[in-house]
Amino acid sequence: MKSERITLKQIIEGFRNPETVRALSKEINREAEKLQREVNIMEVCGGHTHIIAKYGLTQLIPENIKFIHGPGCPVCIMPKERIDHAVILAEKSDVILVTLGDMMRVPGSQRSLQESRSHGADVRFVYSPLETLKIAKENADKKVIFFAIGFETTTPMTASLIQEVGKKNITNLLFHINHVTVPEPMEAVLQTEGSKIDAFIGPSHVSVIAGAKIYKPIVDKYKIPVVISGFEPVDVMQSTLMIVKQFNEDRRDLEIQYTRGVTFEGNIKAQEMIKEVFDIAEKFRWRGIGDIPNSSLKLKEKYDNLNAEKIYHLPHESIEDHKSCRCGDILTGKALPVECKVFGKACTPDRPMGACMVSEEGACAAYYRYGRGLTNQKVLT
Amino acid sequence: MCLAIPSKIIQINEETNSVVVDTMGAQREASLNMLTDPVSIGDYVLIHVGFAIRKLDEKSAQESLDLYQQILNQDEI
Repeated sequence: MKSERITLKQIIEGFRNPETVRALSKEINREAEKLQREVNIMEVCGGHTHIIAKYGLTQLIPENIKFIHGPGCPVCIMPKERIDHAVILAEKSDVILVTLGDMMRVPGSQRSLQESRSHGADVRFVYSPLETLKIAKENADKKVIFFAIGFETTTPMTASLIQEVGKKNITNLLFHINHVTVPEPMEAVLQTEGSKIDAFIGPSHVSVIAGAKIYKPIVDKYKIPVVISGFEPVDVMQSTLMIVKQFNEDRRDLEIQYTRGVTFEGNIKAQEMIKEVFDIAEKFRWRGIGDIPNSSLKLKEKYDNLNAEKIYHLPHESIEDHKSCRCGDILTGKALPVECKVFGKACTPDRPMGACMVSEEGACAAYYRYGRGLTNQKVLT
Repeated sequence: MCLAIPSKIIQINEETNSVVVDTMGAQREASLNMLTDPVSIGDYVLIHVGFAIRKLDEKSAQESLDLYQQILNQDEI
């Protein structure tokens, strides 16, 4: 008998199947009855926060398990002074600023890139960084600046673009690098005073690139479970079950639920591309968290001629968020969006005061949009 | 931001080291710059901002779905 190949539709629908989600929910509830303690699980990745809100998964887990929404949204953690850099560069008359769509609405200290564009700045949003090559070629009289954002998932694509610039001898394309890494903020939130995190759901596609190996030092040092999860609701529920089982079996392990995408070693070629182009920067100021050492990347010195931060004079003074905004407490798991005074009142997706409300993956925007799915979530403080 | 969509390869362009993929009915081009495994038409890959980042492990996907079927069957008993 010829074995039939599984279809893409079967894969996608299989991991979204509401019956499976319900069955896993029952299993989690059964296992959780045996728990001797509460378990707070931080989903690091903003994509998971979005899935949890969209599918109302907090309603399907028992009282003694809580999801804490982590700092894994590259737009949300970008400090205002760096958004201002993008705005300052975009508003230069000989510059075309190119970035990924997620950056569009994030407010800087004065305005967002979208507002700059409506005032006449040439700001362009691309689906893939490689589209920037075409923009540079077609606008030889302009400086094209790629404002690079993202975690390990997106960093190798910027590296690939930089390598292409060298190969194709393009002279009018520069870079402003804001690539950040995941393990360092995980450690930072664990070290935050009053941290309540007992386990992590690890990011999907960061791990496809960087490999499960990047979390091993955290698991070993803090004796805390990390389960790398896929992006669908069934994935998140199974990962939650795997964490609860670890506590019941008195284990604290690194496990991969997302086996169809993640290996221990990750995508070695992508990792090599990153190493070829970038060095680790001494520190990066994470919005709401503060300086985290070794948590971001910078261009190697051999690329100084492409480095917009070295070519243009840009201000580096820290700009704090509005004092009512609790984005920082939310990103470190100390508060839920509903515990912020301005949530849904002065701060909405149309008029965001803090970055957690801007991106679809920010905890506040997810709560605002899918509030019904989160009504059972318990208050943390 | 870190979304990667499972897509099916429908065309391979060796000259540009890229593929055309079908993502739930939408077709788009993706670079193979980041893959070392050879790919064939009909393979499934994860696509992130215009790049194939990994060939989807179909065997693992099938094993996960088989496990869920078992859980569903037990649930009905």
